[in-house]
Amino acid sequence: METAPVTLPSNETCLLSAKPRIAFFDFAGCEGDQLQIANLEEKLLDILAHVEVVSFREIKTGHADDYDIAFVEGSITRPEDEARLKDIRAKAKVLVALGACAAIGGINCLKNFMGEAFYREVVYGPQAGWYRTYAARPLSAVVPVDAEIPGCPIDRLEFARVVKELLLGRTPWLPDYPVCVECKMAGNICRYDLGKMCLGIVTRAGCGACCVTEGAHCWGCRGLFPSANLDAARQVMDNAGFDRRQVQDLMRFFLGDTRAGL
Amino acid sequence: MAKAAKEKTVSTAKKINVHYLTRVEGHGNIIAEVDEAGTVTACRWEIPEAPRFFEAMMLGRTYHDVHHIASRICGICSIGHQLASLQATEEALGIMVSEQTLALRKLALHGENIQSHLLHVGYLVLPDLLGVDSVIPLATTHREELLHVVKARAMSNEFCRLVSGRTTHPQRLMVGGMAKLPTLDDLHRLRTILVESLPEMRAVVDLFAAVKGNFPDFTRETEYVGLTSPSEYGLYWGEVASTAAPRRPAAQYQDVAREYCLPSSSAKWARGADGPYMVGALARFNLNSGQLHPGAVEAAQKLGLKAPCFNPYYISLAQIVEVVHSIEDAVILTDRLLERGLRQEKAPVVRCKPGRGVGAVEVPRGILFHAYEYDENGRMTHADCVIPTNQNHANIQKDLEALTPLIARQDKAAVELKLSMLVRAYDPCISCSTHRLDLSEDGLVRFVPAKKADPK
Repeated sequence: METAPVTLPSNETCLLSAKPRIAFFDFAGCEGDQLQIANLEEKLLDILAHVEVVSFREIKTGHADDYDIAFVEGSITRPEDEARLKDIRAKAKVLVALGACAAIGGINCLKNFMGEAFYREVVYGPQAGWYRTYAARPLSAVVPVDAEIPGCPIDRLEFARVVKELLLGRTPWLPDYPVCVECKMAGNICRYDLGKMCLGIVTRAGCGACCVTEGAHCWGCRGLFPSANLDAARQVMDNAGFDRRQVQDLMRFFLGDTRAGL
Repeated sequence: MAKAAKEKTVSTAKKINVHYLTRVEGHGNIIAEVDEAGTVTACRWEIPEAPRFFEAMMLGRTYHDVHHIASRICGICSIGHQLASLQATEEALGIMVSEQTLALRKLALHGENIQSHLLHVGYLVLPDLLGVDSVIPLATTHREELLHVVKARAMSNEFCRLVSGRTTHPQRLMVGGMAKLPTLDDLHRLRTILVESLPEMRAVVDLFAAVKGNFPDFTRETEYVGLTSPSEYGLYWGEVASTAAPRRPAAQYQDVAREYCLPSSSAKWARGADGPYMVGALARFNLNSGQLHPGAVEAAQKLGLKAPCFNPYYISLAQIVEVVHSIEDAVILTDRLLERGLRQEKAPVVRCKPGRGVGAVEVPRGILFHAYEYDENGRMTHADCVIPTNQNHANIQKDLEALTPLIARQDKAAVELKLSMLVRAYDPCISCSTHRLDLSEDGLVRFVPAKKADPK
């Protein structure tokens, strides 16, 4: 499955307490998404008026096991991660995947295209055989995920919006159209017209085409939008003169857990 | 130190197991055991973080993508990783960047150092000094003091946004130049917010000067390693200096950060001239305090910080001093850019050729090395990243071994707090450091072997 549909569990399980208890967890990732939340500054104080943070290791000592909403960052890369994630799933009424690594596997999936023996040897040398890991995967490969906040890093305002929607008991909404739509609104020149490759044509919008606006191109960090047409995208890239390896390099950067990277 | 040992004597035997130390980046555990006689029988710092294999993931990638991959090693120091990566790539490909690019990169680094330092001292360390579990209750109990930190930090976020486009995994920095420049209006705005933040920082300095007595009084001299530059407080580049060894170019990083395996533990450690060493704000302060700007010197005086300082808890104080220095230096860099104006520069023509390059940058937690080799097509054939936190792990262990016997007779909560504060002082960034691992028999990953303290 390339894009997890954003649906909440049945209304019954969705009923949150008056001041929902929220918790943050992370697996293989850079914690950059939790940092965006810390960076909300004053807005964070507003959110904190409506929720109770019971676990947030990056900024808070103490932990409680009863929480309503779990925000989970990072990919699943080890057998022991699965047990921990399933435990979180069992305790949380709503589980939200935070960031590209959790939502789509993200950059961690780059290693999925290498032999395990190879990447272990490269990094650990003689101790290559010691450590158990497997292909990096998004949370949804292990447990049902109720909502996603995609991106590398997440957009902090999108986080604030999703939290607000969850508190209102609504199903958080994500754009189901490509980045190109927002890129046009941002007034950018199409990267293909500049002779550059760009994944905006297959990537879920919601970021305001921020990377293109910043002078780069879309890397696909928000995952494929639901009706993304990879064949057509490859044809666009082919017509623009990019060879298979260049296309593959870009497709694998964040989309390694989809058919795009093949 | 002797005073610290006498504070309280309640029960002697205790087991401390801080499973997932909080208010640090990533997952780490502290284990300490004291027997009835008050002897420390175990004391160690463990890392159960999931490994991510970045050096492998960079292989085969083209030179223009590599720093974007390196960026994802760490969300907090993504700009530092990008800069070290760009330096290494540019050296390998023989690319020189312009004076304008250099100034913008130095600004980007200042922005990130300010942001990371303030996150650490204001949100992660301050709760310990005021006796609470997080910054959240301080919003009601110490609102005014906290607002100074929040405002200074909001400035640093805006700083990063104006210069780099965003604070985490920015897109403007690229091989040979900048993908997008800030506007002159952006620079004027930057100058304004920098200057306006200085009074906020004075309040932050006063706050920490008032509560610094709550840091444990513990000293242990070690080797201090960091970049040093003849013309400025070394951050973006320089030679690698040490308090125990002659200066060396970054290209010889493997002699500076000597990685080795122990017979009892195959985990790689980093060893300097004398064994474990410290990198980061306090190491830089000890090496280069003579080059701080006047406001930073004043802040150091108010905080009672003098080089050489051997108290690892005071890393936080050195970070505050560096924040003031970075603000002052950023004003100078901004003025220089405003004076000469910003030019849309042509990207250099890159001729791919086989080559090797090493980058060294002082990121918030200390000196960071990236060493790369490229093939004739500009694709990476070898990558090695030596991360500040990895260089500090052995020193953290040594500090824990020295501190625990001194406080072993205090009650469990006090010991746990002091040990946690010690590790937290280093601002460890564990996501960064998880490409060096050792799997012990109980499934935990250790940088250091379980070691019995000297019974005498």
